[in-house]
Order: sequence, then structure tokens, then C-alpha cells
Amino acid sequence: MALALPRRGLAQIAALIVILLIDRMVSPQFFDLRLQDGRLFGSLIDVLNRGAPVALLALGMVLVIATRGIDLSVGAVMAISGAIAASLADSHAWPVAVAAALGAGLLCGLWNGFLVAILGIQPIVATLILMVAGRGIAQLITEGRIVTFTSPDIIWFGTGSLLGMPAPVVIVVGMLIVTGLVVRGSALGLLIEAAGGNARASELSGVGIRTMVVSVYVWCSLCAALAGIIAAADIMGADANNAGLWLELDAILAVVIGGTSLFGGRFSLVLAVCGALIIQAMNTGILLSGYPPEFNLVVKAAVVLVVLLLQSPRLSDLVANYRKARA
Amino acid sequence: MQETAEARQPLLDVRGLSKSFAALRALDQVDFTLRAGEIHALLGENGAGKSTLIKVITGVLARDAGTVSLDGKEIVPRSAKEALTAGIATVYQEVNLLPNLSVAQNLYLGRQPTRFGIVRDGEMKRRAAELLAGYDLHIDVAAPLGSYSVAIQHVVAIARAVDLSARVLILDEPTASLDRHEVEMLFRTMRGLAARGIGIVFVTHFLDQVYEISDRITVLRNGRLIGERMTSALPRLDLIHMMLGRELSETTEERAVHEKSAAAPCASFTNFGKRGYIAPFDLELRHGEVVGLAGLLGSGRTETARLVFGAERADSGTASVEGKPIRLHSPRDAVQHGFGYCPEERKTDGIVAELTVRENIVLALQAKRGIAKPLSRREQDEIAARFIKLLDIRPPDPERPIGLLSGGNQQKALLARWLATEPRLLVLDEPTRGIDVGAHAEIIRLIRELCERGLALLVISSELDEIVAYSDRVVVLRDRAHVGALDEHAIGVPSILAAIAADDAARIAEEA
Amino acid sequence: MRRPSPVMITALVFVAGFVICSLQFPNFASTRVVANLLTDNAFLGVVAIGMTFVIISGGIDLSVGSVIGFSTVFVALTTEKLGLPPLLAFAILLVLCAAFGAAMGAVIHVFDMPPFIVTLAGMFLARGISFLMSTESTPITAPLYSAVSDFGIALPGGGRLTAIALIMLAVVAFGSILLHFTRFGTNVYAMGGNRTATALMGVEIGSMTVRIYMLSSVLAGLAGIVFSFYTAAGYSLSAVGVELDTIAAVVIGGTLLSGGQGTAIGTFIGVLIQGLIQTYINFDGTLSSWWTKIATGVLLFAFIALQQGMVRLAGRSRAIRAGGVT
Repeated sequence: MALALPRRGLAQIAALIVILLIDRMVSPQFFDLRLQDGRLFGSLIDVLNRGAPVALLALGMVLVIATRGIDLSVGAVMAISGAIAASLADSHAWPVAVAAALGAGLLCGLWNGFLVAILGIQPIVATLILMVAGRGIAQLITEGRIVTFTSPDIIWFGTGSLLGMPAPVVIVVGMLIVTGLVVRGSALGLLIEAAGGNARASELSGVGIRTMVVSVYVWCSLCAALAGIIAAADIMGADANNAGLWLELDAILAVVIGGTSLFGGRFSLVLAVCGALIIQAMNTGILLSGYPPEFNLVVKAAVVLVVLLLQSPRLSDLVANYRKARA
Repeated sequence: MQETAEARQPLLDVRGLSKSFAALRALDQVDFTLRAGEIHALLGENGAGKSTLIKVITGVLARDAGTVSLDGKEIVPRSAKEALTAGIATVYQEVNLLPNLSVAQNLYLGRQPTRFGIVRDGEMKRRAAELLAGYDLHIDVAAPLGSYSVAIQHVVAIARAVDLSARVLILDEPTASLDRHEVEMLFRTMRGLAARGIGIVFVTHFLDQVYEISDRITVLRNGRLIGERMTSALPRLDLIHMMLGRELSETTEERAVHEKSAAAPCASFTNFGKRGYIAPFDLELRHGEVVGLAGLLGSGRTETARLVFGAERADSGTASVEGKPIRLHSPRDAVQHGFGYCPEERKTDGIVAELTVRENIVLALQAKRGIAKPLSRREQDEIAARFIKLLDIRPPDPERPIGLLSGGNQQKALLARWLATEPRLLVLDEPTRGIDVGAHAEIIRLIRELCERGLALLVISSELDEIVAYSDRVVVLRDRAHVGALDEHAIGVPSILAAIAADDAARIAEEA
Repeated sequence: MRRPSPVMITALVFVAGFVICSLQFPNFASTRVVANLLTDNAFLGVVAIGMTFVIISGGIDLSVGSVIGFSTVFVALTTEKLGLPPLLAFAILLVLCAAFGAAMGAVIHVFDMPPFIVTLAGMFLARGISFLMSTESTPITAPLYSAVSDFGIALPGGGRLTAIALIMLAVVAFGSILLHFTRFGTNVYAMGGNRTATALMGVEIGSMTVRIYMLSSVLAGLAGIVFSFYTAAGYSLSAVGVELDTIAAVVIGGTLLSGGQGTAIGTFIGVLIQGLIQTYINFDGTLSSWWTKIATGVLLFAFIALQQGMVRLAGRSRAIRAGGVT
């Protein structure tokens, strides 16, 4: 119930299916799956696996955007958390490394939440600070090197598997369920949608907006920290310069594709993850079709524009006027 | 000046103007005549249609029917810019200039003197200073507009409008945030312009100012023209009656006689106030009793409500519930103590338009229970269904976005939002505003019912006979202060009108 | 607009920073260091002036870094592969950039979309196109390039004012005049102050939006040309993340991120402050370059907090005056 697909998600699901079918046309083996060493392999699994970090980011970002905010710092938070996890991976037990990385995410989220909810700074400006400084902090932790590690426990987060699925996919599914339970199992989801839809009315109904906004930014940073661990584990090292670079933009894009308005209000976790998968399915398709991967960005730009145009109230006005004029 | 104004032909002539929003008639066949060189006060309570009239005249809203003529020539402006070109300028309470630009830049934006594309700053400043000197205003025109008082900003806005060849000047609540000295400065400017033959429409809710400056008065109520009078020939009591009272034939509500022995106190406020917002007041609200707040627009009614609900934080006095002192710093506190508040501005402060009726109804209850104790979907459905039935919300579909409902049904859903929290005190700010006649009567019936069930109610309304119909006590407000109270036996439209106006008269006498 | 305080603070920060550096490193206070500061940050200065217009008007342009990258690749390919004379290549490039910026501005205005997301699409698009053109670094060998890099006005004390530093200074001067002394500039401030009021006062918001983003993209294109002079190469990965440095420079320069206030000269000093931090780190030798980002972040926070405080104060005094009128 908590994760039920809203009816309005049909467009996104359809888009995902169409893109997967196109991928299938480009690469006939696209839907092939094989089991090897107890883990599934195949292009489909690859889409899920590669899409995991952005899906995680989107899970947190969708809540932030639903409150009418935005978090530009998630890429930098990924870099910080990856750097911490990598630095501690070989010297400490894995729970310590993971807890430290998540703890850093928590602090980043509190910082962002403090700026937005307590100081009242516009979200885009507030999170810009950590976006700029965060990567510097990450480099400070790694001392400018690419820190590599060999701890198999941490590496599991990137390349391991559980129940035949790659670990990142399992983590995303787990986080989706946890987030879904937290948000829809409590009243948080309703209150976020109310506050994002009309903050004044919600406040006058007794909704405590500040705490809610802070907790949403914290959750977003925690998701980013987890994504940072996965990204570090994937390459068995932390690259403070490139980890999570531009992923904040992909995450925002995923949320927007998932039908959540940048102006807050109604949101859907499942569709945000679906948006992340759509982006990844496009990336994979372009890769498989032999086009240079650089083509990705151009396609992405086109998708951003099309999705935004479809959501733009001005466009529906124009269309309505045009119809009226013709009638 | 009045005699000369009378003789001139109408400068602005509005005939039979109508405008509807969905089912609501905001303007119904309104006539309005402005003569050159006169200052004409346009009066009425909130929702009377003043701002709609201005917006339709200036082309911000499209009219449904009627004509507007300027100097005998019919005009149909489609935007404020076109109206300005035609010669009608509007200066709003929120000055529509740019506080971050200099005074001179504001005066000449878009028409600065230039040489080779470079603005001739010295020339522009010289001209600006000269222009303002004509208004007896000698200020540094290079300083940002925002660094000056609102009064000066108003004069600058007026100077710009007049310099752009306006012949009709509409001033919408220009004095609302001015002190006495600033008001005088603005009035000097207005008189000077009237003497130059410019027609001025003056919208305000300060009756003293109306009598001080205006030549003529037009009163609107519920979107209809109530009448046009010469100011000098209209006693204050009659004016207030025109604004608030209904014609006898219109009166549909009868006063219900409540025979109650002293009810138990529910919430009381002692010396409760906020500096610059509302003067400290004492207010006791009892179970099963309706207290009406009466007064003109801007008298402090909404301010009282917001303070009682914690939406504004009081800086003096104490609040207590059932005899125990409470902390009242935010709406959250108020909700925890069992208060509810239906604000006047339903759209911006009440409903969450994109959420469903069900979600809107359970919102306050959910906020009261806290995030960790969610209402199950079954409970939500049950609550929504119960109140949709109880209050007859139409269409009876809990899953419809509330933004699609009519005003009356939105209001009922907001009432349901609070009733679901089982409140002890409900504050209703203009609960019948903008609602069609049928729903209007229902809401009044509801207020009585709620009261009988032991709820304490604090109700604000501009409709005096409505207040008379349901109130057990009436508190009269003026100039952001509680100035009197009428108990059960003294309540009646004439007595309330007298209380509002008597105080007025007393004040005039005092000043004189 | 004529409020000097934020710029004064920026200037004070720069002077204080420079004094600290000079005290710590004996040969810091020299024309050589100053000239290098100008040369090394020339492209940033050029693009930041464009961003200043955008931010003062209440918008933001995330595409500038990508446009710089695109420009270097475009210039390199057209001169090296197609053999166009560099000046012709520049002209074509600037026209393309103008069209690009105009298109973004038009989309923002016509569809009433947040500039942030539209220029984000522009950022993807420009970077993607430059990737498609070439993924390798292409050295530029046109004679003009060696002539430009040989050019320099010798300053007393060993410094050399290079051509690209001069271009930046010219852009700063041009930007200052355009922003502070023309109708266009005043309209930019007006839009950032209150869009509705500006429209009511007769300014064509649509055409202004188009022209502002056009200006930003053209200056980003020019910054790309400057960057190609600086590196003598075209590379699609150049200037990644420069939009952030640019926004930071503008904010540190005292421009209000929500629009309506700021100066071109402040932005110029903001650029110099970022350069100063970098120079300090180079001189120190033991510090690593990531401190630049942290220091920038700290400054960014300080200035945003300062602005927020000032806006709050202004709001509070207004609220008291207005007395909460309903």
C-alpha cells in the first residue's frame, strides 16, 4: 500500500518500457539474463546497477523538492562520504567506516537544513555553499590522492551481490522500502505534500515546518552518503575530484522526470526511482548503439527541455488558447 | 472646490460594470462617476468589490459587461500599461516601484535622458529634483527609493504617474501604513493635484481621512453600488450604515435568543497585545458562547484573531486555557491546546489546492497527533466521509482536489478540518465571505449548532446582521484596539453601529 | 544599487588578504604577482561580468562553463581543421553563442520556467556538443595565438600586462558602463528588484530576458576565446565547474543572489579574491589546492549570511513600519 503506484505514473512507466524496447532493438541481447556465480548478469541488470547511485540520490532529492527546495550539494556529499569510507576501510572494521561516512552525510544534511529552515536562505543558494566547499573537504580527507582500499566488506557495497542481484540494486530497493515506510507509513508524506503545496496554510494548521524541512535535508544527505559509499566501493577507491560529479543534476532530472514539480507538493518515490532508471536506460542504450557516450549529454538536454515543456503551465495555456482560436 | 467640481462634465464615467468569478458576482451593474478636480472616496468592506472595480477599470481584469469612458470617449484597456497610456494611473498600497533603484531612476525608468546611449545622470537628477520640488519634496534623488519612508515613496509614485500624463489617479489604500505627519504630506499632494484638474479616486478604510479630504463618496457592498453622496451631506453614522448594514428588507437573519446561565470559561487572554500590531486587550471566551468581533476594515479584527491563534506572537500579556496559563508562540501551540482558525484568505492561507478534500480535512488533526502517529487510510476515509455528510460538502467526493470545489464548499472543508480536531475554541475570520447565498445560511446555522455543542467561538464578520444573529457578546474594535463590548441584551445592528461611530465621534471631539 | 557597503567589504577583504600575503611572503607585493593574478583569472573575470548581469536581474546561468568548453573546441577545430582565420572563427563563435543565450532566455520567458533548470539543460547541451565535436585536446597553432601570447605591456617591477588581462579589464570597464550608465543596465536592476513592478512601469521583460542571457552567453564565448589564448588549445573538458567559481565570484563581489543589487567592479574584485587564495596556496607550497575550494565556500557562506542578515534587518524595519496591515 505504502508503495502503490499512483495512476499518474503511467507516462513514466511507458517511457521506461519504450526506451528499454529501443535498447532491445539496438542490442538484441539486451533482455538476456544469465546466472553466474549466483549473481545475475545482463544489460537489464546493468541498467539497474549503474542507475543505483542516481536512484538513491533521487530518493532523497524528491523529498527535498516536494518541500519546494532543492539540494545541489548531493554530489559533493557523495565525494565526502566516499572519501571517509575509503580512508577508514582498511584500518577499521566495516561498520565503523560505513557509520563514519553516513555520519558525515548526517552532518552535511543538518548544515543544509540549518541554512534553509533556520536561517531562511533560499535552498538553491544555501546548498550551493556545500556544493562548492564539499569537494574541497573531500580532497582534504583524501589529501588530494585517490585513496584505494582492499577491504572486501566495503567493496561488497559496490560489486557484491545478494539474492542474485548486485548489491547496489539491493540497497536501492531496501532504501526505497525504508523511505516509503518512513514517509508513507508515518504522516510525513502528507505533511510534506501539504507544506510544499501551501506552506502558509500548513503552518496555520499546526504543521511544524522547520523540523520537517531539516529532516528532509538530512535524509537527502544520508541517501547521498550511501550513494558515495557505493561509488567508492565500485572503483575500490575514493576520487574526491570526480566522485558524484554532476550527479546532483541527474538526480534533479530524475525527480522531474518522475513527475514531481520543482514548485513542490505532490511527489512519488517510486516514480523518482523510475526517472533515474529512464536516465540510465538512455545512457546504456546510447553506449550499446555505438554512439559516443558523449552523445548522452545532448540527449539529456533534450529530455530536460521536453519534460519541462510538458509540465509548464504556460504551455498548456498556449495550447488551450490555440485550440480556442481554431474553434 | 465642490461646487466647481459639480459643474464639470464627468472625467471618468463607468456604467453598468459587471464581473463574475465562477459563480460569484464580484461586481454587479456598478456605476461610478469621477469629475475632474475632485477627490472621490471609494468605500466598502473587504469583498465589497473595490479592488475588482479598480482592476476592471484599469484593464487588469477583463469585464463581463459595462462601459468605461474617459473624457466622453469609451476606452477598453487590456492591461495596466494601456490604461496608463490612456491616462489612468494606479498607485497601490504596496508601492509598485523599485526600492533598489534611486528615486531619479524610478521617476525616469525607460525614459532616461541619454546621450550616445549613456544615461545623462546629472540631467536626470536635475529633472527629478525639479519634478519633486513641484510636490514640495526636497530629497536626495540619487539615494535608493527604499531608503525613504512609504509616504515619500507614494509621492514619488504619484509624481511618476502624473508626469506620464495621467488625468485619473487611483490611490489604493495609500495611507494604510503612514503616520499622521506623512498622511498630511500625502493629502497636500492630493489637494495640489486636484487643483490642477486631476481626478483622484481614493480607496481607504480610514473614515476620518475620508471626511478630511474627499469631496464625494461612493459606497460598494457585496459587489453592488449602494450609493454616491457628497461628503459634506453624509453623516458618519449613515455612512457606516451604508457600508455595514443591510437594508431592512434584506435582513434575513433573526437574532436567536440564547438563554444561558454563566457558561464556564474556555480561554482567556489578559492584557494580550503586540506592539505596532494591536493594542493589549482582555478577552474571555466561554464554552457554548459566540463572541463577535465588529469593526471596520483595518480596525484590528483579524489581528486579534491571529494573536489568539498564535499566528502572531504576542509581546505582552498572558493566555490561559481552562484557567491554566499556556504558552502561545505558534499555531502549533494553539492547535495543541485545542484551538482552530479558519483564516479570511481561504486560497492563500487555508486550502492546499492540489491535495484532496480528504487530505485537507485530516491535515490539522494529523498535525496535532504528530508525524509518528499517522491516521490510517481507513480512519482518514471515515473522517472525510463523516464530515462531507455532516456539512454537506459537494460534490461528495473525498478524492477530488479541493482547489476544484466552490468557495462555499472549500470553506466547509476548512471547518471540517478543525472540527475533526475536536477543538474547544474555533476562530472564524469572515466565514461567509465570497460564498453563495445557500452556503451562507448553512454556515450560519453551523455556527449556532457548534455553539450549542459547547464550543467556544470567536467570529469576525463585516456583515453586522450576521454578527447580531449568532453572537452572545460583541466586541467592538477601532484603530487596532478593543474599544467596547456589548452584552447579550444590548446587541443589535443599531447599537453596534452606534458603538463604532460613537467612538469615532468622541475621538473627533477630542481632537478638535 | 548605489549602496556601497557590500563592495566596500569585498574590497576590504581583498586588501586585507593582499596585505597578509605580503607580510608573509617578502616578494609577494610586486607588479609581477598582480599581473599574473589578472592573467590567470582573465577568463573567469570575463564570464563573471556576464553572470553579474544575469544574477542582478534575478536569474542564474549554469551553462557558462560548458559554453567556455564549447568555445575552446570550436575555435581549435575551425582554425586547425578547417583552416579558418582565427578572427573569423571568433566572429562565428560569438554569433552562435548569442543565438544560444537568446534561445535560453526565450524559453525562460515564454514558458515561464525557472532559469536554473533551463540553463541546466543548456549546460548539458553545450558540453554534449563540444564532446561530439572532439574529445581530445587540440593544440592551436595559428600565428595569431603566438602573437597574442608574445604581447605584453611591461610594468615596472618585472610584471607584464598580457593581452588577455587587457581583454578582461576592457570587459570589466564595458560591463561597468553598460550596467551602471545605460537604460539597459537600469532595467536589469529593476527586473531583479521587482519583476511585476518593472513590467508595469513599461519595461519589456521578455526582450530584456533574452538580451541578458544573450549577453551572458556571448561573454562566456569570449571567455572561451580568452581561455584558448591562455592554454593555446581547445578541449571539451576545459572549464568544467567554472559556473560555480563564477557564481561564487559574483556573490563574494557583493551581488545579491536573489537579484536587484550588485556591481561589476565588485565581481571583478571577487574574481581577484579567488585568484588571491590560489596564489597564496601556490606561494605557501605546503598547502594543497583543495583549500581554494574550502576557502571559497567559507567566503561564500560569509557573504550569503551577511546578505541574509541585511535583508532580514530591512524586512524587520519595514514590517514595523507597515504594522502588519491586512
